Amino acid sequence: MAHLEPQPTLYGLVAEFDNPTALVAAANAARLEGYRQLDAYSPIPIEELHDAIGFHHTRLPLIVLIGGLVGGLGGYALQYWASVSAYPLNVGGRPFHSWPQFIPVTFETTILGAALAAVLGMLALNGLPMPYHPIFNAPRFALASRNRFFLCIEARDPKFDRDATQRFLEGLEPRGVSEVAW
Amino acid sequence: MAEPLEHPHERLAEAGALAGRPAPPVIEPGHTFESVTDKISAIVLTRRTTIGWIGGFLISFLLLNMLLVAIGKLLVTGIGIWGNNVPVGWAFDIINFVWWIGIGHAGTLISAILLLFRQQWRTSINRFAEAMTLFAVACAAIFPLLHTGRPWLAIYWLFPYPNTMNLWPQFRSPLIWDVFAVSTYATVSAMFWYVGLIPDLATLRDRSESRAGRLIYGALSMGWRGSARHWHRYETAYLLLAGLSTPLVLSVHTVVSFDFAVSQLPGWHATIFPPYFVAGAIYSGFAMVMTLAIPLRKFYGLEDFITMRHIHNMTKVMLVTGMIVAYGYMNEAFFAWYSGNPYEGYMMLNRMTGPYAPYYWTLIAINAVMIQLFWFRSVRDNVGLLFVLSLLVNVGMWLERFVIIVTSLHRDFLPSSWDMYAPTRWDFAMYFGTIGLFLTLLFLFIRFLPMISIFEMRTLVPEAKVEEDLRVM
Repeated sequence: MAHLEPQPTLYGLVAEFDNPTALVAAANAARLEGYRQLDAYSPIPIEELHDAIGFHHTRLPLIVLIGGLVGGLGGYALQYWASVSAYPLNVGGRPFHSWPQFIPVTFETTILGAALAAVLGMLALNGLPMPYHPIFNAPRFALASRNRFFLCIEARDPKFDRDATQRFLEGLEPRGVSEVAW
Repeated sequence: MAEPLEHPHERLAEAGALAGRPAPPVIEPGHTFESVTDKISAIVLTRRTTIGWIGGFLISFLLLNMLLVAIGKLLVTGIGIWGNNVPVGWAFDIINFVWWIGIGHAGTLISAILLLFRQQWRTSINRFAEAMTLFAVACAAIFPLLHTGRPWLAIYWLFPYPNTMNLWPQFRSPLIWDVFAVSTYATVSAMFWYVGLIPDLATLRDRSESRAGRLIYGALSMGWRGSARHWHRYETAYLLLAGLSTPLVLSVHTVVSFDFAVSQLPGWHATIFPPYFVAGAIYSGFAMVMTLAIPLRKFYGLEDFITMRHIHNMTKVMLVTGMIVAYGYMNEAFFAWYSGNPYEGYMMLNRMTGPYAPYYWTLIAINAVMIQLFWFRSVRDNVGLLFVLSLLVNVGMWLERFVIIVTSLHRDFLPSSWDMYAPTRWDFAMYFGTIGLFLTLLFLFIRFLPMISIFEMRTLVPEAKVEEDLRVM
C-alpha cells in the first residue's frame, strides 16, 4: 500500500471574515499574491467580489439572447405553419398569413424562451443542483448563509503550499483559518 | 440589488420632502446580518404555530373544500349550474378570472419594475407579493379552464398540440393570445419566485434543527453555497428576468383587455382598454398586497421590516393608479357620448341608470371618490383604516369587472334578445372557493417559506456596503 500515490485529501484552505469589506480586501490581496484558484463565499451578493477573485464575465446574457431569439422565431414559425399550411382557415377574408395578429403570441414566446434560458442557463453555468461540495466540510460554513464571509484558496492552485498559504491567510487577519477536506 | 440612496437630496425627494416630513426608513436602525437572518428564519423554523394560524388555515381549507365540491358538481352536471346564459354568455367565470389576474400583477410589478427603478423599499414586500401573484394566477386559471366544461379536452382547444384530428388553435383570436400570455406569466412568475428563494432556502437548510428540514430545504436549495461566481451569474440572471418581466407584466393585462376590446360590442370595443386595464390591475394588486401586509406585519411582529415607508408608498401607488382608472371611467363615458353612436350611448345610459346602476355607482364611489382619501397624511398613517380601504378597493375592482362584462352583454343591439343576469349559488361557491384556495396556499407559504427575502434584507444592513477605497482594483 505504501507504493500508491496518496489520494488528495485537501480541497483547500479557508479563511473566515466578519464583513464584506474584509472579504473583498482579502480576495484582492490573494490575487496580488499570485493565487488564481480561489473562490469567495458570502451570504449576500457583493458587487466588487467577482472581480476581486478574477471572475469577470459570464456568458449568461448571450444564452438569454439566444433563448429569446429561439422563442420568438419558434413562436412565429409555429403560428405561420399552423395558420398557413397545416390548418388554413378563412376568417372574414383575411390572409392566412395575417402577421399583425401573430405578434402577441410571438411576444409571449420570446419572453418565455429568454426567461427559461436565464433561469436554466444560470443554474447550468453554476453547476446546480450539486448535492455535495467539499466547501461544506469547512468548519462553521453553515454561517456562510447567515453572517460570515469565507475565502478559499484551493489546493489545485499552482502556488498553493500547505504552510505558506496558511501563513498568508493568517496575515489577512481573519477570524480563523482552517483546512477543507475533500 | 437596490443600493442604499447615497445623496441626501434623493432621500428627501423620495420621501416627499415638500411636505416637510422625513420618510420612515425601509428597515428600522440597529439591524445586523444576524438579526435579520434570525428574525425571518425563526418564523419558519422555531416559532410555535399559533392558534391564529391554525384557525385561519382551517377556515381557508374549508372554503377550498367548497371549491372542490363546486368543481365536482360542475363536472358531473355541466356548466348549466352557473347563471350565465345567452345573452350573458360570459359572467362570473371571466369576472373572477380578470379580478384574480389583476391582483396577480402587483407581485411582478414590485419584484421587476421597482427593482429596475432601484426602489429599495420593494425588498421587504417582494417575496410575499410574488407568492400572492402565483396563487392569484392559479385561482384565475381555474375559471376559463372550467368554463370549457370539459377541461380535459381543453389541451387541444387551447394549446398547439399535434392531435389526431389535425386541428390547430385559432391564432387570430385574443383568447388564444390570452392562453399564451397567462401561461407565460405563470411560468415566468414561478421561476422568478423560485430563483429569489434559492439563497434563502440555503439559509433555512443551514439553520434548520431537524433532519427533515435540512433534507427538504437542502434539496430545494440545490446545493447553493454562496460562491462569488454563483452570485455574479445569479445577479445577472435576476436582473435579466426583471427586464423580461417588466414588458411581460404590462402585456398580460393588455392581452386580457384584448379579450374585450377586439370584439365589436358596445362597452368593450374601446381603445382605452389596455392602459386602463393595466392601471386597474396594479391598483387592485397593490390593494391586495396591502390587505395581506397589514395583518402579517402585525401578527408576526414585522414592523421593523415592513415599515410605515412601505405603507405610505403602497398607498401612493394605489392613489396614482386609481386616478388612472377613474380617468378611464371618464373616457368611457366621453367616448359613448362623443361617438354619436346610439348603441354606445345607450350602453352608457344603461350602465348609469339601468338595472345594474347601483353596482356602477358603488364602483365609482370606491374607485374614483373614496381613493381621494389617500391624499391625506392622516389616512396614510392610519393602518387600521387602510386595511378596510384596501379591502373596499378589492370590492370596487370586482364590481368594475362585473359592470363592464354584464352590462355590456345583457342589452346589446337587439332589444328582443335582452335579458337579465343573476349568479347562482354555484357561482358564489366557485368564487369564494377560489378565495379559500388562495388563502390556503398563502397560509402554507408563510408557515413553510420565508415570507420576506432574507438575503435581500441583509443587503439593506449598513455593514453590507463595501468601503469605497476597495472598490477599484
